[in-house]
Amino acid sequence: MVNETTKISEQALIVENSPQNVVNTEDVQLDITMEQLKKLVSPRALTGETMLLNMGPQHPSTHGVLRLLLELDGETVINCIPDIGFLHTGIEKTAESKNFLKAIPLTDRTDYLAPMSNNLAFCGAVEKLVGIDVPQRAQYLRVILMELTRMNSHLVWLGTHALDIGAMSVFLYCMREREMILDVYEAVSGARMMSSFIRPGGLWRDVPANFGSLVQKILDVFPRRVGEYDKLLKDNPMWKERTVGVGKISAEDAIAWGMTGPCLRGSGVNYDVRKAAPYSSYDHFEFSVPLGTNGDVYDRYRCRLDEFEQSMSIIRQAMKKLTPGPVMTDDRKVAPPPKHEIAYSMESLIHHFKLWTEGFRAPEGEVYFAVESGKGEYGVLLSGDGSPKPRRVHMRAPSFNNLQPLGVMSQGCLLADLVAIIGSVDIVLGDVDR
Amino acid sequence: MTTTPSTFQLDIPEGLVTGTTVFRDEVTLHASKVTVLALLAHLKDVQKFEMLTDETCVDYYPKEPRFGILYQLYSLSRNIRVRVKVMLSEYDAVIPSACSVYRNANWLEREVYDLFGIVFEDHPDLRRILMPSDYQGHPLRREIPVQVEENAFSFNRARIDAEKPRATE
Repeated sequence: MVNETTKISEQALIVENSPQNVVNTEDVQLDITMEQLKKLVSPRALTGETMLLNMGPQHPSTHGVLRLLLELDGETVINCIPDIGFLHTGIEKTAESKNFLKAIPLTDRTDYLAPMSNNLAFCGAVEKLVGIDVPQRAQYLRVILMELTRMNSHLVWLGTHALDIGAMSVFLYCMREREMILDVYEAVSGARMMSSFIRPGGLWRDVPANFGSLVQKILDVFPRRVGEYDKLLKDNPMWKERTVGVGKISAEDAIAWGMTGPCLRGSGVNYDVRKAAPYSSYDHFEFSVPLGTNGDVYDRYRCRLDEFEQSMSIIRQAMKKLTPGPVMTDDRKVAPPPKHEIAYSMESLIHHFKLWTEGFRAPEGEVYFAVESGKGEYGVLLSGDGSPKPRRVHMRAPSFNNLQPLGVMSQGCLLADLVAIIGSVDIVLGDVDR
Repeated sequence: MTTTPSTFQLDIPEGLVTGTTVFRDEVTLHASKVTVLALLAHLKDVQKFEMLTDETCVDYYPKEPRFGILYQLYSLSRNIRVRVKVMLSEYDAVIPSACSVYRNANWLEREVYDLFGIVFEDHPDLRRILMPSDYQGHPLRREIPVQVEENAFSFNRARIDAEKPRATE
């Protein structure tokens, strides 16, 4: 339908007899037609009374390659039109050509700050579709890793969000703490970011002997450090001035726009997938869901910071519950046999060969499986067609859905506040564009 | 726990749903494109499915009708999920937009339009969202091969055409 790249024709923008009111079309190259633009901006933009400004995709405060087309009246944002797709890598398409096991590394690369959450969402969907049971130890280990991932995601968010608003030191502290979590990632999976550790049926392997001490180190250090961030920001008058009452969204609007995660809870809506539809034995743990009241940038900040404590409490409980046992299902049709078995068992050899050459088959049908990632509800809609490859993998990305109401949240705010709002939504462009 | 389908009942007026299937404890309501808007409005207003979690498309090629539009609904107050499925033919891939019922369908439908070429009637802003605006075709259709495309994000169309890999079949 839209194949023509159209620049605003200069004639269309010239108001008769007022040569000074001409939009400089060389500055704003638009990839939308004039008709489409008219629906998105106010009529004043077309006369040159308000300014159309291009923010991004190479802008440090857009957290990646987010491009915003802004209509500005002085410093006030009249309209904000997000333009996404600059990081579209076709992950959903690529996953269709790979079997279920080989598609896991692709999921790491959607929300690359929370790879384990994505792994779990995809593997959970595969387990639901195929009907695989996961051993209890693997479920508890998944919970520990999920909560570490949440802390990892929130740390990067806090650091960059504070940096956007002008608090440089918080960024450095957050990166320091994140190192400890990445050390755990490295110890369990060998990779610091793209872990691919969670597999259908359990985990790739059991955690190493020093896993407990690494996690314990985090649990020992973290409560004090989180208190320090809070001291730096919570009552900081400059921080409050930049965040309180900025980027408000009401509970009704947040639900109607499909927001999830801390963005929704900041508006006071109690929705957390861990409570609503517990997966991976989350119902065995006691934790509360922090809620905000005003739905502004400050409340979203508050929710995330309070989630640190809850995550640590869950990890403590899970470490206590952890008992030795298998971490992979013993269903040989989906899980590879142990190496030593291959040496003497013909059947294991066949299973191994079948799994690594073809993979396991999934029945025909669709399932939807959601996890609560650090950013919100990360769901995977998986459609099987009876073959070892999925017919369709769709990631319901929290960043994509949370970013959509950006234009609503930022209407009438100042340009500098827009930066705070983008930060508070906590987007990862890999997740938005997939 | 999310309530399993055996414990919840949806009283849906006659004629809105053509069938119900349950797979892995997930309820799917089948509708036609004529009734889908009325069904979604009923589910939102009467059955309290406040949230459109997801809307996407599955390509069942080579079956016909080929495209299945899936609406994933969630009720915060009742804590249940339901899925609505509408099948569309390749030759009539047009469906009314759900934006009037669920506001967030806007981007979700733009994505489906972009990747599958499904046209949503009365959509307020139907243009490509992920692919470049001068891209030809709809990449998530099953007949499009997985391939590398250089310079996808350039507006120099002559150069894109010159460097574009072509399917050789």
